Amino acid sequence: MSTQTATPHLVQRTRRSPLARLFAARETGIALALLIVIVVATAQNPKFLFSPDGWRDLLLTPSIMLLIAVGSAIVIVTRNVDLSVGSVVGLSAYMTGRLFIDFPGIPIVLVFLAGLVFGGLLGLVNGVLVSWAKVPALVITLGTMYVYRGINITWTGSSRINASDLPHDFQALGTGSFLGIPYLTIISVLVMVVAGLYLRTRRSGRELYAIGSDPDAAHLYGLRVSRRVIGAFVTSGALAGLAGVVYTARYVTVASQAGNGWELQAIGAAVIGGVAISGGVGTVWGAAIGAYLLMTINRALPVVGINDFWQRAVVGLLIIGAIILDRVLAVRRAKALAALREESA
Amino acid sequence: MSTPSAPVAPPGPSLVLQDVSKSFGSVVALRSGSLELTPGSIHALIGENGAGKSTLVKIIAGLYRRDGGEFRLFGESVDFSSTAQSKAAGIAVIYQEPTLFPDLSVVENIFMGRQPLTRFGGIDRAAMREQTSAIFERLGVDIDPERVTEGLSIADQQIIEIAKAISLEARVLIMDEPTAALSGVEVERLFAVARSLRDEGRALLFISHRFDEVFSLCDTVTVMRDGSYVGSGPLAETSVEELVRQMVGRDVDELFPKLEARIGEEVLRVEHLTSTGLFHDISFSLRAGEILGLAGLVGAGRSEVARAIFGVDGYDSGTVSIQGARLASGSPAKAIARGIALVPEDRRKQGLVLDQGISRNIALSIRQRLSKWGLIWGRPENRAAQVWSSRLEVKAEALDTLTGTLSGGNQQKVVLAKWLATAPRVLIVDEPTRGIDVGTKSEVHRLLSTLAQQGVAILMISSELPEVLGMADRVLVMREGRLTGELSREEATPESVMRAATAGEAA
Repeated sequence: MSTQTATPHLVQRTRRSPLARLFAARETGIALALLIVIVVATAQNPKFLFSPDGWRDLLLTPSIMLLIAVGSAIVIVTRNVDLSVGSVVGLSAYMTGRLFIDFPGIPIVLVFLAGLVFGGLLGLVNGVLVSWAKVPALVITLGTMYVYRGINITWTGSSRINASDLPHDFQALGTGSFLGIPYLTIISVLVMVVAGLYLRTRRSGRELYAIGSDPDAAHLYGLRVSRRVIGAFVTSGALAGLAGVVYTARYVTVASQAGNGWELQAIGAAVIGGVAISGGVGTVWGAAIGAYLLMTINRALPVVGINDFWQRAVVGLLIIGAIILDRVLAVRRAKALAALREESA
Repeated sequence: MSTPSAPVAPPGPSLVLQDVSKSFGSVVALRSGSLELTPGSIHALIGENGAGKSTLVKIIAGLYRRDGGEFRLFGESVDFSSTAQSKAAGIAVIYQEPTLFPDLSVVENIFMGRQPLTRFGGIDRAAMREQTSAIFERLGVDIDPERVTEGLSIADQQIIEIAKAISLEARVLIMDEPTAALSGVEVERLFAVARSLRDEGRALLFISHRFDEVFSLCDTVTVMRDGSYVGSGPLAETSVEELVRQMVGRDVDELFPKLEARIGEEVLRVEHLTSTGLFHDISFSLRAGEILGLAGLVGAGRSEVARAIFGVDGYDSGTVSIQGARLASGSPAKAIARGIALVPEDRRKQGLVLDQGISRNIALSIRQRLSKWGLIWGRPENRAAQVWSSRLEVKAEALDTLTGTLSGGNQQKVVLAKWLATAPRVLIVDEPTRGIDVGTKSEVHRLLSTLAQQGVAILMISSELPEVLGMADRVLVMREGRLTGELSREEATPESVMRAATAGEAA
């Protein structure tokens, strides 16, 4: 404890120029890593970037994961986790196909809306169970992950959605682009921007960070913790529902295992992107770039001649590396603060 | 609930509590609490630990709902069911441990949940910054509003809590032991702020154990004891002796049966122990049969020293020796092997496995000895536990009763039993009687005294002065990570200990 001013000036003046902040931001580092992956893969095989298919895949493949990663980031910021999103994607994807089969001529907008609402309802179940039953989200969403997948398998049976079941306009949405940017990518990026602005500039968005940073303090503040946590789960579910519709548009065939295992990739993307698993820290931009990095590495590894078998190991190393980096930085910061307090004592 | 919007406080008291009570199951936390705060006054609330002060504060804050009694705010009867309601009614509470969001900026911490908005419904960051700067300027503090609150000193965190209260336009401000972890200069700064808030016509409640602070800051006082209101009146008409008598209500000597013990060889020697940011240059020795009291304010670094000696945490320099041989740092296992035992401060989190039974808990410290070919069976566990729980008179239905369901006093006995089973040479007890009832308290004291008689060296950390003065053969006092006093049993008085614990620039 110091006897002079309580906190040393050195620490107090942390305001830096916007450029310095940009370089210090976690998002910048991840974006740089993404760039390096693209450059290396393109150097090995120019078609990775400089071909219509390469360009399209680069933008299109990660856009579904991006939607889920954004939703996961919002939940993780509140110190919770949503393991059910992969199953929600599967259910919503199959429902999309069924809607086109059972209601021929249904407007595409309505199908998107249905995906959002349906996913949101599944998320509501998670949120209500987590905040009212006071059971850790890990357990609740592990349960709903299996329940939702089970419903999906029962519903789908041995049937599947095929391209012939879907209207041409909808398929065109999956393959078409505007100014060289696929429609689906535009949708994902728009969602990300809206979510990012919400978290940054809305009261309720900031409250999500507060809740994740210290749930007890949030309670003492009189914040409506349950309502906010439920809201986060509804958002995560709705985005997974939307991702299901996008999945069908992109792949046009849907079986009962659509989206299986994606929840873990989404969490990985968020963690790599700097969203702290202990809550309170991180942005959806980071999670989005993390999603792009993960999916792009998966595609780049075969190009640079690394066996498919190694893909998962590389993803795992990335996640562990990101967490160790966070830990090292935190310890270093704590040490520096202790030393500074010492000096001024 | 009332949300008065008049900017000028109506005449009469701001806040009145009358015969308020609160129980948790069979435990009565507050029997009959009464309190009256008036605008433009700083009111002191004093009482021993467990007197019911914190429960009273939590009822005012809306964290607890009272079971009975009157609660009026500006003349209207209120009943808060959440902290949001008490906040909206104009009450701000500053807890002993600041409750901030460590990952968020100072500005966000002040305005969370009620940020100023722009025309488009987004948060107006510029306005937030401006208002924060204005408040900080008024308080005369220099904290970067944009930095995260993680890593701020307790004093700065408390300033942020006060800034929060000011931005709320709170008319009643409750401060629960805000000075416990502050240095002299920081206390003065806090008092200057408190006085200016008083002069603006707000009602303040100040809870403290430091009489010099109470007398220099407050004008009226309410004393509580054992969950009940004892008395209240202007501070000018009373004295420290009178207040202590009201607080304790009995003679200190009666409570603690200190037995004469023969003080023998030196067992533990600590030399120049230092851990950056926590404590500095701590040196002392402890003899067999001696009870050494370690006094000081919360946050003075006493528990940290104990943890370092026991090896839970490492330290930067210095040595710990047991019977002349050095003890390696950072290894509780080695410390236990050399005969040290530590009964920790927080028995629920650090002392017990709450989801397991009494015998499992007691046997935990001696599981090596009880195991046979690497396996532990229930019978030797129960046999060992039986011996200790009957010797300490643990009151429970069975040996497999979950320790989480026991009362605080019985939990503490189980923790003590666990460590006594290792037959320690040095027993470190950290706040051994915190939160346990008076009867069990004296049992624990008698036990410690008997152990000393049997030649165990005891280091007793305690924030309760009567306990330290009644039990210790010698008293060490720490302040802000340094040893500031060593007093013999004869020299140790409430005044001499408190002087060593608090004497800063303010004294």
